[in-house]
Amino acid sequence: MEVTTSIEKDTKANLWDGGVSPFKASYGKVMMWFFLLSDAFTFSGLLITYGFLRFSFPAYNGSVSAFVPSYEYWPIPEKIFDAVPLLHGIHLPLLFVGIMTFVLILSSVTMVLAVEAGQRMDKNDVTKWMLWTILGGAIFLGCQAWEWSHFISGTEAGMMLADGTIFHGANLQFNEYGPPLFASLFFFITGFHGTHVLSGVVINVIIFYNVVVGTYEKRGHYEMIEKVGLYWHFVDLVWVFVFTFFYLI
Amino acid sequence: MEQTANIVVKPVDKSKVRKIWKIAIILGIVTSIEFLLAFTMPRGVLLYIIFVGLTLVKAFYIVSEFMHLKYEVKSLIWSILLPTILAIWLIVALLAEGDAVLNILH
Repeated sequence: MEVTTSIEKDTKANLWDGGVSPFKASYGKVMMWFFLLSDAFTFSGLLITYGFLRFSFPAYNGSVSAFVPSYEYWPIPEKIFDAVPLLHGIHLPLLFVGIMTFVLILSSVTMVLAVEAGQRMDKNDVTKWMLWTILGGAIFLGCQAWEWSHFISGTEAGMMLADGTIFHGANLQFNEYGPPLFASLFFFITGFHGTHVLSGVVINVIIFYNVVVGTYEKRGHYEMIEKVGLYWHFVDLVWVFVFTFFYLI
Repeated sequence: MEQTANIVVKPVDKSKVRKIWKIAIILGIVTSIEFLLAFTMPRGVLLYIIFVGLTLVKAFYIVSEFMHLKYEVKSLIWSILLPTILAIWLIVALLAEGDAVLNILH
């Protein structure tokens, strides 16, 4: 009798002794998931605001080929985002954002490969794949910088203001592409995403440094790669939604 | 601390790596389909529904495989997925609101 009681006591006590993780995942990973959930709500807020404002503006009803930007209706994105670096004046709708999407997806893939290498304790492979991931993020940021500067400096045609002067590009007050709110949302949504990519690259560089100096090898596991990997995939995930709702629809 | 000297590096798990690239190719193909449809189909509700559907396909692969959520315990999966219902409600509410604003202003 006495023996069985003591065993029962032991198993009950063990649960409260520590070492048991809720969700069978480490503290850091669970917290990363909940942070990403809250961040997902922030991005939902921005994208839904885009939907709200778009629905409260008249849609353009004419044919796509005859589209001319106007304050009267919401623009068709493929007619606005049609430029590619070094191919000036050629109408290549959405090609550049398409390339950016592929770059970000590929850098997500190299991040998964880094996680896989980390689980095998393969320091060389982790180093290699982290470097590719950082490179992908940097290329994406460069593309976005070009995209912004093109959007801000505008087209040669520009737009006639009320006082007769020609205004090129967009800022928070005027916008040759359509209603001024369209430009504000462009800056806010792609800017907020770009900030996430930037912080992701910074975090990746720090983790890369730790890999190279052997911090995780000494620790005995590469779980940190999985945690920053979650963040990096989330950035990719958000871009998938931005691509659809801002550029395609 | 002394065990750092004899770390065992396991060989590459070929099937795992092959699966990662398979998903990468799926994501690439879905994006290409979206891109193609944007220029071949007339703009309209049907096209937008297809776009949203394909986006959710991509989101599923990224979250379940790349972020590994599919392989976590059920309670974690639902703790992450269920709250997003709130966002779906916000979409419905604000799109209806936007439509109402349009009808009042124009």
